[in-house]
Amino acid sequence: MTPDVGPAIRTEDLRKTYKSSRGDVAAVRGIDLSVDSGQFFGLLGPNGAGKSTTIGMLTTLVLPTGGRAWVAGKDVVADPVGVKRRIGVVTQNNTLDMQLTVAENLEFRSRFFGLGLREASRRATQLLEVFGLADRRKAMSTDLSGGQAKRLLIARALVHRPDVLFLDEPTAGLDPQTRVNLWDILRVLHGEGQTILLTTHYMEEAEALCEQVAVIDHGEVLASGTVNELKDSTGAETVITVRYEEAVPEGVTARAGLADRAGVSKVETDGDYIRVFTREPEGVLGELVTVGSAAGLTVRDATQLKPSLETVFLTLTGREYRE
Amino acid sequence: MTTTTKKAPPAAAEHPGVPSASEVAALIAEAPEPSPTLIKTFNAMMAREFRVLRRNAIATFTRAVMQPLLFVFVFAYVFPKIGGGFNLGAGAAASSGARAAGTINFATILVPGLMASMLLMQGIMAVTFPLVMEFSWQRTIEDRALAPVPIKVLAIQKITAGAVQSFIGACIVFPIVLLVHAAGQAPHVHVTNWGLFALILVFASLLTSSLGLLLGTIMDPRKMQMLFAVILLPATMLGCVYYPWSALHHIRWLQIVVLINPMVYMSEGLRAVLTPSLGHMPMWGVLLALVGGTVVFSYLGTRTFTRRVLN
Repeated sequence: MTPDVGPAIRTEDLRKTYKSSRGDVAAVRGIDLSVDSGQFFGLLGPNGAGKSTTIGMLTTLVLPTGGRAWVAGKDVVADPVGVKRRIGVVTQNNTLDMQLTVAENLEFRSRFFGLGLREASRRATQLLEVFGLADRRKAMSTDLSGGQAKRLLIARALVHRPDVLFLDEPTAGLDPQTRVNLWDILRVLHGEGQTILLTTHYMEEAEALCEQVAVIDHGEVLASGTVNELKDSTGAETVITVRYEEAVPEGVTARAGLADRAGVSKVETDGDYIRVFTREPEGVLGELVTVGSAAGLTVRDATQLKPSLETVFLTLTGREYRE
Repeated sequence: MTTTTKKAPPAAAEHPGVPSASEVAALIAEAPEPSPTLIKTFNAMMAREFRVLRRNAIATFTRAVMQPLLFVFVFAYVFPKIGGGFNLGAGAAASSGARAAGTINFATILVPGLMASMLLMQGIMAVTFPLVMEFSWQRTIEDRALAPVPIKVLAIQKITAGAVQSFIGACIVFPIVLLVHAAGQAPHVHVTNWGLFALILVFASLLTSSLGLLLGTIMDPRKMQMLFAVILLPATMLGCVYYPWSALHHIRWLQIVVLINPMVYMSEGLRAVLTPSLGHMPMWGVLLALVGGTVVFSYLGTRTFTRRVLN
């Protein structure tokens, strides 16, 4: 039944439906995940994809309405306290205790996990040193900058050496410099063997950090694997999109024989744009302009996306990935 | 893509707060083995409340003391000084059937009433206000919700902490309402049973903080002002704070209607132990209501709290 050893995180058909007077909303519709110990796992998807709900269920603060999940071998529904003992959570919001100082935030968290006074204070000092917050130890937590608050949240999640570290959109709303800084911290933690599950809606964040990625949208996993596997399986193609000022008349792409070009796997026309998925992007953009002008269309803008998680998302959902 | 900038500074200086691998290795290797137990975590949470209370003590208790202080000042000092026409207490006292009706002054009625009113205010301020903050905006409640205890333990801890704050508040107000009065207008306070007095205070404190928890979990944060108009004000004005319950027999329907107000039992319970010379509600009724109310509000509050935390 309950796997006591094995993956750090496992879910089976995990579901969450929110009931409301305006009808039910299925936020997560049957997710299967398996994250090995020591892995850096990324849950990638646009806002509203169900990432936070999933992380909420794994951290016991959201009750699943279907399926099962185990974290560090403990069932999140049957043994939430057992799970909470073994995880560290960096919430998306700033959930620092606003009534306490920086050091007290760490000390009391340590004491919640059973540490004695002296031990808690020693651990707080150590964490503040390592995370570069030692000079702010007496400041109220409300006085920290966004980046400092995030570092303190991470430090606080590590007081008790969690088996799994969860980070929900850790860099959302941070400036680029601070984001890179946090990435460095996470890389070091992972390098030391920390199992990490991170959610993000930044493609480049998942590419930069995660060994394994699950792309989710509308509460379902669309694809999972390493970043390279994902690119190879679905998106090793360049996606070229040209938008015109006018609607694209039917038959334009067929007459131009776009689909017959070498390397082209798919040609989409919808409304005012033509989109070509190809392994040989050379010259395609120019041709789309020519095809358009032959049909009396004026180009408004054009994009060419090299194979990336973004083209993976586009290929899987047919929708552009918007942040 | 290259950028031409000044010589690259060392990584540590460039990114303050980025730990080195060896530092993190030490951090993980030296991490203490957590050994949380229900009691340890509960105590740590209480310690956190006391730390916060101590930090805000002056503001918290100044805010709490002003209302009862001004009340006794105006009614037990100013009014008796400016003339007998304002002697409000005599009528109520006489109609309450007190044996020594002639000697009962308004101060005597106010002592238990203002203490009860203080308890209610403290219960709400200590539990409801922080809770509404914790549930709104950043949902800082998640910080404590991730502590390794069941969510209902967190609810019970909030009730306990709120009750302690109420109790302290009442202890601060007691000497004030006792000592602030005009010459010859001292309240007739006579405590015969200190144990019972303490018991009433403890249960009244628990009642207000459990009510505070329930209100904090069902209140819409955007409608907090309504709390004063709809709950606090009627509970106080119709809570036998300024008149004994027995005196309400002139308005029989009101005497019955106010029985739904938990405040009545707090005022009357304190009246029974502090100023027994004044007519008061029977002790069994008071204790039943205080204990029963605490149980009911705690149960409902813990349920709504758990539902708000886990969604």
